[in-house]
Order: sequence, then C-alpha cells, then structure tokens
Amino acid sequence: MNFWNDPLKVAADWLMGVFAGWGMNETAANLLVAFLGVLLLITILMVIDIFLVWIERKVVSRFQDRIGPNRVGPFGLIQPFADIVKLMIKEDTTPNGADKVVYNLAPILSMMSVLILWAVVPLAPVMLGVDLNAGILFIIAAGSIGTLSIIMGGWSSNNKFSVIGAFRQVAVMVSFEIPMLATLLIPTIFAGSMGMNAIIQSQNIWYVFLSPLAALIFMIAAIAELGRAPFDLAEGESELVSGYNIEYSGMKFGMFYAGELLHAFTFGGFWSIFFFGGYRFFGLEQISPAFGILIILFKAMIGYWVIMWVKYTMMRIRIDQMLSFNWKFLTPVAFVLVMVTALMNALLSSASSWLYIAGMILSNIIVAWVALEIVRSTAKQERKKVEGVKVVAEAHH
Amino acid sequence: MTGEQIFFLIVGAVTLLSALMVVTSRDLVHAALWLVATLFGVAIVYAFLNAGFLAVVQVVVYIGAIAILFIFAVMLTRRQAADTGAAMNANWWVGALVAVVSFLGLASMLSKWSGFSKMATAMPSGFDAVGQLGGALTSADGYVLPFEVASVLLLAALVGAVYLAFNKK
Repeated sequence: MNFWNDPLKVAADWLMGVFAGWGMNETAANLLVAFLGVLLLITILMVIDIFLVWIERKVVSRFQDRIGPNRVGPFGLIQPFADIVKLMIKEDTTPNGADKVVYNLAPILSMMSVLILWAVVPLAPVMLGVDLNAGILFIIAAGSIGTLSIIMGGWSSNNKFSVIGAFRQVAVMVSFEIPMLATLLIPTIFAGSMGMNAIIQSQNIWYVFLSPLAALIFMIAAIAELGRAPFDLAEGESELVSGYNIEYSGMKFGMFYAGELLHAFTFGGFWSIFFFGGYRFFGLEQISPAFGILIILFKAMIGYWVIMWVKYTMMRIRIDQMLSFNWKFLTPVAFVLVMVTALMNALLSSASSWLYIAGMILSNIIVAWVALEIVRSTAKQERKKVEGVKVVAEAHH
Repeated sequence: MTGEQIFFLIVGAVTLLSALMVVTSRDLVHAALWLVATLFGVAIVYAFLNAGFLAVVQVVVYIGAIAILFIFAVMLTRRQAADTGAAMNANWWVGALVAVVSFLGLASMLSKWSGFSKMATAMPSGFDAVGQLGGALTSADGYVLPFEVASVLLLAALVGAVYLAFNKK
C-alpha cells in the first residue's frame, strides 16, 4: 500500500505515528485523525463552493446572452471572493419579533444538511467517509434536516412572506422525497445494496442504460428538492420577494445561498453515482484514486450543468400544478417502475447480460409510454371541458 | 470508563433534557423543535447499537415526516395556540408519576437481564445488518406476518384519512 494507491491511508498512518510519538493514546489519536479528515473534506468542499458561485454566474450569463463577471481577476475568477467580502461586511440584521435562537440556527442547519451528505459520497474506491449500508436512506434523512432548516428560517423571521415561502418549499420537498426514494430503489435492485460504493462497483454498465426513466425521474425530483426552477415557487420573486430567506442579510443569507449551490452540485454528484458510474470510467480509477476524484467531480459538474440548464430555460409553475404533477404523475410512475423493475430483475436474473439490458430498457419504454398515454387521454378530456366554456365566452363578443 | 460510554452518557443526558423541554416549553413551535432534538438523540442511540439502518429510518420518518407535520400544524394554528394560559394542567403530577414508575419498572426488569452490565461485542467485519433485517422481515420463519399486518393497518389508516378528507360533490 503506497502513497500512489491509497494516499489517505498513508497520510493517516503517518499522522497516527506522529501523534503516537507525542505520547497520545490510540483512541484519541484515531479521533483526531478522523477529525482532521473531516476538516480537510469540508475545506475542499467550501473552496469548490466558492467557485460554484462563479460557475453559476458565468453559465447563467451565457444562457442569457451576456458575458458575466469578467472584471476582477482572469475571467472574473476573483469575483466570488469579492462577493464574500461584501457579504461579510454587510450589516447583520435581525428582524423585530424574530425568534433569535431559531433564526440564527437555521442557516447553520441548512449548510450542515448539505455538508453531511458528503460523508457517504465515495470520491474514489478507497476514498470515502463511511461506506454506510443504508447510504441511500442517509441522503433522504439529510434532506429532511434541510427541510427542517427551511421551516425554522421561514417561521422565526416573523414575516408573512417568509412563512408562505417556507410552507411552499416544505410542501415541495416533502412530496418530491417520495418519487426520489422510489427511483433510488432501482439502483438498489440492480446492485443488491444501498451502499454507495457497492452501487458504483456493480455498475459495469451504467444504470442510466438499464433504467433511463429512473434517471429522469430522479433528476426531476432532485431539482424540486433543490427548489430550483421550474419548482422555485417558494422563492417566487414576483410574489414573495425571496421566500423563506427574505429577512436574512450578510453571511447568514450567504450560508443559505452557498448551501443551495453546493446542494445542486451534490445532487449532480448523486446523479452520476447512481446512474453514470460514479468514479468509474473505463478502469481509469484503478490507476490512481486521483483519477477517481477527477472523474467524479467532472461527472458531478455535468449533472450540475444539467440542473442549471433546466433552471435557466424553464418558467416557474404554480403550486397546484406542482402538487398534481408529483402526486398524480411522478409518484405513481415511480412506484410502477420500481415494481416492474423488481419483477423484470427476478425474471431475467439468469438471462444473458444483453437480454437483461434489452428487457430492462423495453420495460422502461413501456412504462413511460403507458404513463404518457394516460396523461394524454386525461388532458384530452380536460381540454374538452374548457372548449365548451370558450364557445359561451365568444358568444358575448 | 471508555470514550464510547462517556459519549453515550452525554447523548442520553441531552436526549432526556430535550424531552423535558418538550413538555415544559411554553412555545409550541419550540416544543416541536425540542422534540426533533429528542428524536435525533434516539437516532444516535440506535447508531451506538450498530443499528445504522434504524438510526437513518428514525431520522427519515420521525424528523422528516412526523416532526415536520407537527410544526406545520402548529404554525397553521398559531393564532389559536397563542402563548397564554398555563403550559400544564392540574394533572401534571399523574403524568410525571406514570413516567417515573415506568422508568423504574423498565430499569428493574433490565437489571435482571444477564447482558445488562456487559459491553457489546464488536460486529464481525462484513456483517450485513441490513440484509439480515430484510431477510427477517420477509421470510416465513421470521416476522413476515406481523410485517404484513402492520402494512395493511397503515394502508387502512391512509385510506381512512383520504376518505375523511375527501370532498364529496
């Protein structure tokens, strides 16, 4: 085991040796090394987060036919640092009648719920915080802490717009958790495990080729979970000013904002882990963990780019549309897909791999087609009802 | 005393304190948030017992669904639940008595158990706890009948809730 193959273990062993040399006992040294590892991971994530601000601003300006930040530093790369300084020196306001403890706790919980997700993300075969065998459920659990932070922030601000924003956001998050969890069961069925590393290791063929519909539903649910367009009705600038974070200023707002960006990037990473092979890319990850990290970051960036692409090209939908889309379309489709996939997996377990792939893709296409046919016939009936009304309205002219 | 025991005592104390705050807090939303802290403490205890799956499920179900629902209901009825009046009624001591008696009963029962004063042995590496749990819940020799009965019960509750809330035209 040399540095090239497993740098983290080598570094940890070396540190353990150093601490033992200082006369520290083994438990304390272990704890300290683990703490330093967590600190390193969080620091790297926060640095990536700073540049995500720059990436987001650059990408949105390209979508809107602008150039974006280009004044401060090469390509405007220093711009996010200027933004941070600006956020830091802004006045830290607390609204009248705010619930101070809850108000100050909410941005911290919001950031925490995102950072905690990285505890289970495998960056390379040997580089991961913890290989939890309930990794998929862990994501949903961390998401529910994020929901809690939003409801705390919205309620404690003592502002009616922030409460309405929080209500909407929580309604979105609670309802889209269900199709997300259902679609995450599909990689679980394929891999036979809920652990992230096991799911990546078993993806000799990317799961997006086995279940493209699941990848699509997961992406839609992730975008809703993030509260990004077209599901940004909780922010609703034209009606709610800014939603749940309306009363926050300075770095407290910065925490919500940075948390949201990192959350989007993280879900890009989860998309790549569950459906695009994570750190795997034609055996390149076997050469060195460094390649694994680069591959997974690259794939996460692509996922993040897709999220941005959707955000800046779609318009906002209403809350009733969002709820009926989730409960009447996405959730049933996700559950049917899980059942069909489980059934096909049992039927084709002894079949050759080509037959397995063909059967899985075919069942996906059939589920998607039937779902769209049902929606089409329902829409036809709805349209008929509206058409009748139109005739009456025209008679008045 | 090992580090694990110290950590357990801290978690237990925090959990108990938050549980006490749930019933003594004057503000209903604060009470709900203390309840979240209590449930989180219970999740940590599950994690101590090598029951990672249950710990995560505890967070998903109790914090992610039930506590959020509590806070929702309290926030929507905030005017009615304004912070006036006593937080407790005259029967508070009965509740406290029941809590103390059940704690003492459980403690005396557990103290007779042979594993009470033993340290938990470490799990063998590669032990698939989630797989074992899933197998136990779905095998005919295991708990498939209680599992299915509970599922049907929950489904019936769900159907009942939809029926009550359904707007008859």
